[in-house]
Amino acid sequence: MGGYGAYIWPAYAVFLVVLLLDAIAPRLRRRRVLAEIRGKLKRRTAREATR
Amino acid sequence: MKPGTTLAACSALIGRDLTLVWRRRGDALNPILFALIVVALFPFALGPEPDNLRRIAAGVVFVALLLSGLLALDTLFRGDYEDGSLEQLVLSPHPLALLLACKIAVHWLTTALPLLIVAPLLAEMLNLPHAVLPVLLTALALATPLLSLIGAVCVALTVGMRRSGMLLALLVLPLYVPVLIFGAGACNAAQAGLAFMAPLLWLGAGLVLALVLAPLACAAALKISLS
Amino acid sequence: MNRLTLWFHKIGSPPTFYRIAGALAPWCFGIAIALGALALYGGLVLAPRDYQQGDAYRIIFIHVPCAWMSLFTYGFMAVNAFIALVWRIKLSEILAMASAPIGAAFTFITLVTGSIWGKPMWGTWWTWDARLTSELVLLFLYFGVIGLYAAIDDKRKAARAASFLALIGIVNVPIVHFSVNWWNTLHQGSTVRLMGPSKISGDMLWPLLTMALATHIWFFASLFARTRVGLLELEGGKDWARDVALADAARDETVTAHG
Repeated sequence: MGGYGAYIWPAYAVFLVVLLLDAIAPRLRRRRVLAEIRGKLKRRTAREATR
Repeated sequence: MKPGTTLAACSALIGRDLTLVWRRRGDALNPILFALIVVALFPFALGPEPDNLRRIAAGVVFVALLLSGLLALDTLFRGDYEDGSLEQLVLSPHPLALLLACKIAVHWLTTALPLLIVAPLLAEMLNLPHAVLPVLLTALALATPLLSLIGAVCVALTVGMRRSGMLLALLVLPLYVPVLIFGAGACNAAQAGLAFMAPLLWLGAGLVLALVLAPLACAAALKISLS
Repeated sequence: MNRLTLWFHKIGSPPTFYRIAGALAPWCFGIAIALGALALYGGLVLAPRDYQQGDAYRIIFIHVPCAWMSLFTYGFMAVNAFIALVWRIKLSEILAMASAPIGAAFTFITLVTGSIWGKPMWGTWWTWDARLTSELVLLFLYFGVIGLYAAIDDKRKAARAASFLALIGIVNVPIVHFSVNWWNTLHQGSTVRLMGPSKISGDMLWPLLTMALATHIWFFASLFARTRVGLLELEGGKDWARDVALADAARDETVTAHG
């Protein structure tokens, strides 16, 4: 890369890594949100069962 | 003054806020003390070389006043929020934007005006050339109300949050940066012997816009956060 | 009501949009990655060396599309913020809040790749000129929106407050765009024009535009994914969200049963 490789490759790496994180983050959050919804549902049905 | 008119409401609000500040007038010294400490730290950090300090004097005074103002912003609505009078203000039949403009004016008078009076002392601590002092004071006189108005909108968005300090700083920073650029820019230009009217005029234009728009934005923001 | 209005209202319904976004997102990701790969090949392999900057100019193929996206995303966020504040449409609230992290990501990439490009070309990692400073301010505006939305528990109120903040900051977007015209900046002026010929050679232009298209499609892919999660979070108590959560658990069980 004409001697500029030390600049070009880190720049492209940042691009790919940040977008990869951008793709992964919602997946992790989705898992957490769904688990929370299931937890609230379990607590609600447990409450209504004991009523 | 007929009771029940908007004018009566505004003057009552102003009177009440001034009385409240007067009752805790010791607290009003806190921003001044903070600004003094911040400015005093720089000679310790950078060495007392007068030429070093002279170069950064105007900027440091500006930043010190900006940070003091930021800390003082919290007191704008907190007291009223905690005892419920803020909600009453929002519910009142008088134009909320006008009432908030009065509150912001009193807040500026009691927090920023003392800082303006102390500014020459702060400038002297950093060896600011005396010729630049009028420009610095003009820039501060235009910038501090602008900062109070912009800050009020952001405080309105975070009113009632318990630990809103860092969040408030984050919200306010992007909006404060242009004011700082123009204000400190005018002083630095004057210090370098260049033309300095343009940034001051920009500050003035911004202030005029903010005087009209910020109270309206503040009212809208308050209605959102108190909903 | 006529079919267009009916379709519009249906799209705005959380479970419907959840389904549609779920169907579209994988396709958008796929197309974005394919176009991106094509653009990278064109930019890194096919495009010739620049006579002035040598190979270092190749950072343009990621820096400029991300810069365009940082502004486009803010505009998209602001439009949805306006709709959310005026008409209180739930979907717009979520779309606005979901755009913020994506915009922040693109702005961050712009600043970092720009800084890396600046070191060999300008001799400095950073300079406080108008373009760079206003882009940094844009990043802080995104952080402010994200932070304010996260700080308020009631998600509808949080979205309204953060939308309001987003609209206050919209004035920065034209400042970023026109900064190279209004001030003397170290950053160069525009070379790619919407109308009329661009000042860049064709074999450098097509990878740039392809990557721009790829990043736009990526934005929508990521937006769909994040909006789906945002809708689940907002509508957690509703039946449709509960059904999704239970189906998700059932899928996990069959996976562990078979695996």
